[in-house]
Amino acid sequence: MLRFIVRRALQLIPTLGGLSILLFVWLQRLPGGPEYALLPDDATEEQREALRRALGLDEPFTVQYLAFLRRIAQGDLGASLQTGRPVLTEFWTRFPATFELSVTAMLIAVSVGVPLGYLAARRRGSALDFAAIGGSLLGICTPVFFLAFILKVIFAETLGWLPSAFRLSPGLTRTDITGFVLLDAVMTREWDVVWDGLVHLVLPGLALASIPLAVIVRMTRASVLEVLGEDYVRTADAKGLHRRTVRTRHVMRNAMLPVVTAVGLLTGSLFAGAVLTESVFAFPGIGSFVYSSTQERDYPALTGFILLIATMYVFINLLVDISYSLLDPRVRAQ
Amino acid sequence: MPTTPSPGLLGRKAAKADRLAELMGERTDGGHGAGIWREALSRMRRSPMAITGAAIVVVFLLIALFAPVIAPHSPVEQTWGDEVFPNRNVFVGPRAENWFGLDNLGRDQFSRMVIGAQQTLLVGVVATLVGFGVGALLGGTAGAAAVLGGRWGRQLDNAVMRFIDMMLALPTLLLAVTVAALIGPSLLTVMLAVGVAQVPIFARLLRGAMISQGGRDYVLAARALGVSERRIALTHILPNSMGPVIVQATLTLATAIIDAAALSYLGLGNPDPSFPEWGTMLADAQRFLSSAPSLAVYPALGIIVTALGFTLLGEAMREALDPKLRK
Repeated sequence: MLRFIVRRALQLIPTLGGLSILLFVWLQRLPGGPEYALLPDDATEEQREALRRALGLDEPFTVQYLAFLRRIAQGDLGASLQTGRPVLTEFWTRFPATFELSVTAMLIAVSVGVPLGYLAARRRGSALDFAAIGGSLLGICTPVFFLAFILKVIFAETLGWLPSAFRLSPGLTRTDITGFVLLDAVMTREWDVVWDGLVHLVLPGLALASIPLAVIVRMTRASVLEVLGEDYVRTADAKGLHRRTVRTRHVMRNAMLPVVTAVGLLTGSLFAGAVLTESVFAFPGIGSFVYSSTQERDYPALTGFILLIATMYVFINLLVDISYSLLDPRVRAQ
Repeated sequence: MPTTPSPGLLGRKAAKADRLAELMGERTDGGHGAGIWREALSRMRRSPMAITGAAIVVVFLLIALFAPVIAPHSPVEQTWGDEVFPNRNVFVGPRAENWFGLDNLGRDQFSRMVIGAQQTLLVGVVATLVGFGVGALLGGTAGAAAVLGGRWGRQLDNAVMRFIDMMLALPTLLLAVTVAALIGPSLLTVMLAVGVAQVPIFARLLRGAMISQGGRDYVLAARALGVSERRIALTHILPNSMGPVIVQATLTLATAIIDAAALSYLGLGNPDPSFPEWGTMLADAQRFLSSAPSLAVYPALGIIVTALGFTLLGEAMREALDPKLRK
């Protein structure tokens, strides 16, 4: 087991190394570099040249890349051109909001998607099955930002049930310990902040959950259908095991394997979906910052954020693989 | 033993006779085999999912191809500009002259939707071709290298797949946003960005299919007959591995249309107003969602229905080609 984990973890090194080169080449070598974004449009060529020298952009490629790696190793991802603050600081101040949003979306998707997919599979061909499949196809085909807007117009602007923007209501004060709004509020027993924080997560959470929910319903349904047809399920039924035992130990345990993988991969893609959702709801997370970085050509911030998101994504995949091998011993043997 | 039910034209009775013959160890089709594609087609003809999907796709294609003929007015000129005042909440709904009403600048919404279909199709097709082309090239190279084996082959396969892993480490939309941010907003940007993001899926699918085909009996037979390894990979394994890739291309058309809309919404789409595109129209209409919801509803429905059509068709194809369901 340990050997499997170590081997799998070692595979990350070339992936991350290659990714850093790819991003570096990509972002440094393209026209319209930061010297155009930093200086006014009427700057002279000499001024641009001076700035390039000051930023080290005139050095040979390998020297620049090694300097880039050295800085990353020291935790220095440069400063954001928009705010002037270190990219790493920007990332960590925004990470908690996006984390809370992604967890909310995933909780909605899993808690609704798995039972729905299971029921659809058990009652294959029923109206419920039809609705579940149709609904999930519709969910996949609806642009996330449009759904977010519809939710916002109906539940925030027309009915006024839920807030339409931000992480917390303006004017609400909270004690900051970890940066995670809900965690801090629970620790300090500021129940009004807990409630306010939760209420602000509902609409963006629902919008962000739409695609993972649709994927999970379909995966669970397909997977349960496949397992229900297996010989060992028939054997378990035939030897008179209690129906609930068969369902939990035989059907669900095996059917959940591909779903666990999907949940892991979807969690990573939530950060991307958050770019759309967060900008609709003016949610102060990673996504809205990536969005403004693309608009402002904030290359240091964009490189840093993408590298950090990709690193997290890769580590989530590692965790998925490890949990997979715990659930399914056959994976380890390969 | 490969079983090949007769194509749908012969009807169920013939299929029954076929099954009987098969059980008795005979083959009625003279050994030619109807081929998995014809068989899949006959199965798709009976699937309501496939028919719905195909109908939507055909209607969309017809509208897109004949857009200039269908559109009654110019999609760009603000012909009725003096009748619409968004800041005073004055909009014009559907009427005899303008079937879908006017947009916020006094342009005919119906004509914009029709011309927009053309643009949407263009973006979807080019993006899919980019993803398909590059992905198939990478995946095909890796797959062929893996099948041919040898130290060199394994290394090539490994190198290509590590590169694909790197691309997979970026969520697709983020990859698209990065590409789009780097080359600036334009129609080409959207097509390239959306296409590049689809490369890893195609590459992995084709490689996986080629490797699984590599162990089949017909490959062994060809090898025993002395067919060269390169020929086996290119003319035997590759064509037999295209099924899942073609299915994926159909599904990707849907994804490409949705992703293109997302990029337009993020302001990375085509800035040229003379080419209405559903994603841009939808993004523009969001501002008036509470006062004139229909402005957003038309392009949104266009995107959803078209994406649904391609998805249904792709899913039906996948089901029809699935060997587990082929009985």
